[in-house]
Amino acid sequence: MADRRGYRRRDREGSLDGLLATKEIVVACGPGGVGKTTTAAAAATMAATRLGGKVLVLTVDPARRLANALGLEGIGNQERRVPTAAFVDAGVRPSGELWAAMLDTKQSWDALIQQHAPDARTRDEILSNPLYRNVSGRFVQSHDYIAMERLFEIHEHGNYDLIVVDTPPTRNALDFLDAPDRMADFFSSRLLRWLIVPYRSRFVNFASKPFYQIADRILGTQFLEDIAQFFILFQSMYRGFVERARAVQRLMADRRSSFVVVSTLEAVPLREAEFFAQALIDRKLHLGAIVLNKVLPDYLLDPNGFAVAEQFRDRADELAPVMARALDDADVDQIRRVLVEVGQSYLDYRVVAQREAEQRSELATVPDELVTVPYFETDIYDLSGLLRLGDRLWNHS
Amino acid sequence: LLDRRLLFVTGKGGVGKTTVASAIALYAAEHGRRTLLCEVDAKGDVGAYFESGPTAFAAREVLPSLWLMSMDTEASLREYLRLNLRIPVVGRIGPLAKAFDFVATAAPGVREILTVGKFCYEVRERHYDLVVVDAAATGHIVGQLSAPKAINDLVNLGLIRSQTDWILHILSDPVTTGLLIVTTPEEMPVNETIDLASRVRDETSVDLASVVVNRVLPELFGRGEEEVFARLGEPAASAELEKLVQGDPSAVLEAARLAVTLRRTRAAHLERLRRGIDPDVPLLYLPFLFTRLHGRRTIRQLSQALGEELGY
Repeated sequence: MADRRGYRRRDREGSLDGLLATKEIVVACGPGGVGKTTTAAAAATMAATRLGGKVLVLTVDPARRLANALGLEGIGNQERRVPTAAFVDAGVRPSGELWAAMLDTKQSWDALIQQHAPDARTRDEILSNPLYRNVSGRFVQSHDYIAMERLFEIHEHGNYDLIVVDTPPTRNALDFLDAPDRMADFFSSRLLRWLIVPYRSRFVNFASKPFYQIADRILGTQFLEDIAQFFILFQSMYRGFVERARAVQRLMADRRSSFVVVSTLEAVPLREAEFFAQALIDRKLHLGAIVLNKVLPDYLLDPNGFAVAEQFRDRADELAPVMARALDDADVDQIRRVLVEVGQSYLDYRVVAQREAEQRSELATVPDELVTVPYFETDIYDLSGLLRLGDRLWNHS
Repeated sequence: LLDRRLLFVTGKGGVGKTTVASAIALYAAEHGRRTLLCEVDAKGDVGAYFESGPTAFAAREVLPSLWLMSMDTEASLREYLRLNLRIPVVGRIGPLAKAFDFVATAAPGVREILTVGKFCYEVRERHYDLVVVDAAATGHIVGQLSAPKAINDLVNLGLIRSQTDWILHILSDPVTTGLLIVTTPEEMPVNETIDLASRVRDETSVDLASVVVNRVLPELFGRGEEEVFARLGEPAASAELEKLVQGDPSAVLEAARLAVTLRRTRAAHLERLRRGIDPDVPLLYLPFLFTRLHGRRTIRQLSQALGEELGY
């Protein structure tokens, strides 16, 4: 829209194509509500269209219309191919295949237990343990861990040339980076073993006695026993879990993996995104790009536009009668109101665009690629929308 | 709305949940109510909005009648133990807190109940007239609010069990406690709000007090004016305008077109929201702020808009 009118876009230098062409895993992360899911889907769509090969987008919580468009409605964990016909309908012929899958936390946890349980009895006991059911369903950090775990599993099978992952909305951006670590710590901890001792040996030593007394009074004996039971069951899988968590972590740090931080130019999300970018660097993970989404168009910063808008607003009384004659005696009052509104609206949006430009220039951590994506006036809910968005992520030169 | 004593404010990430919670708290405090605003996901945004430095578990008065705090479950546990078990030795809390971390991680609800329990405690003890909680985001709020119930089902005996009873009593009293869902008129936030509203009804005992629609864009044109605007954009009229103001008006006209389209796309989602929410639940509208700054100024403007919306 902006280009049609001849205004230069702020930057076209940044693009994601290089990253998508060379990496095997691209993780889209960042604060909530900035368009992570759509960005991941658009990037995968473009990779499948332009680069070819088998591309998977692993998404967490797509909007219903988008899920429909990708054929994901109600299929849970299964990977599905987006039919070529859908691309043809959107006006392109993809050179590769686009696959999509959604993350079902509960299903993934169950699969993990089935894989690691030493025997059928332990497996069944865990799956039916009330605490486990609670943990797999609700335990907040379990989303974070399971997303990484599932990515690892898919990557291990080697079915795809590129996997683009959309990360779950986390309370804290770091949660999902630390999830494998935390999971490993959790199961390898001495404290955990200490906690379950009395339920194994029925012997409480002098040093730990006060702890159990307090715990008993707070939680009640039964609950404490349930917890211990749960941990004892889980301990049988401890080695498997810890090794797995370490492997997941290695994959994240591998040179074939890269992270793309998505944000808008609003102050709060941007601050979170910057914090996140820094955290990636601190952990020696590859920060491939920052994508700035929903950026207002450049023409709002045009000095000439500013002058014109001010005149619309301030000289409306004088301009309206002239324009009324030019428009075959249209209603002068209406024209005056329209001029004032149009002028004021430009000035209002300009304030926001200026704020954004300033935020952008103050970005502390700038990776190799900084990609700016404009505000799309309408929602993106189908393949042609993804292609339109994807086009902005792609190198035009 | 502000006659209640405990308000949980939730919303999808990025819709302005913290800003709205802060605006409500500021409004209440300025109308003479001793108000505690607490941030559950301690990101430090609340402190930044009030430009008052970092918040901590211990509440601090930053403006007359307005206290800020941030939730820290470990500190909450410590306070709980001190109040309920009279355990004086701080040294023993060390390993206990670490062990607690385990239990809380494995047994969902323990962490949540310490969070929710703290607010209910403040309400019960009448330390404040109003407690505003910048609560967990939509994905986690049901878990948080239903934790006392879940714990009640898991634990048969013990202190926690006896505690959940009075907590549940406070939470399920609609005169005392209410939940606000903050949304924006966009696709995903509206979807989540509709889903959440029905989950709150089915899975928790907390009353949905209101849905706050944040960042509502202004309507540019009245009846017939859109047609006038379209005609102004035609080549002949545009050329005439250009002559009058001695500058190319296309950027300004393009911006207005963008504003109209954005408003229209959002109006459709707003309509969907109205249809998807129980008609008894009031909707409050807060405007999109075309401001330069963040921080106190934003909170101030939103709190004024909120006052107008509430009809005070």
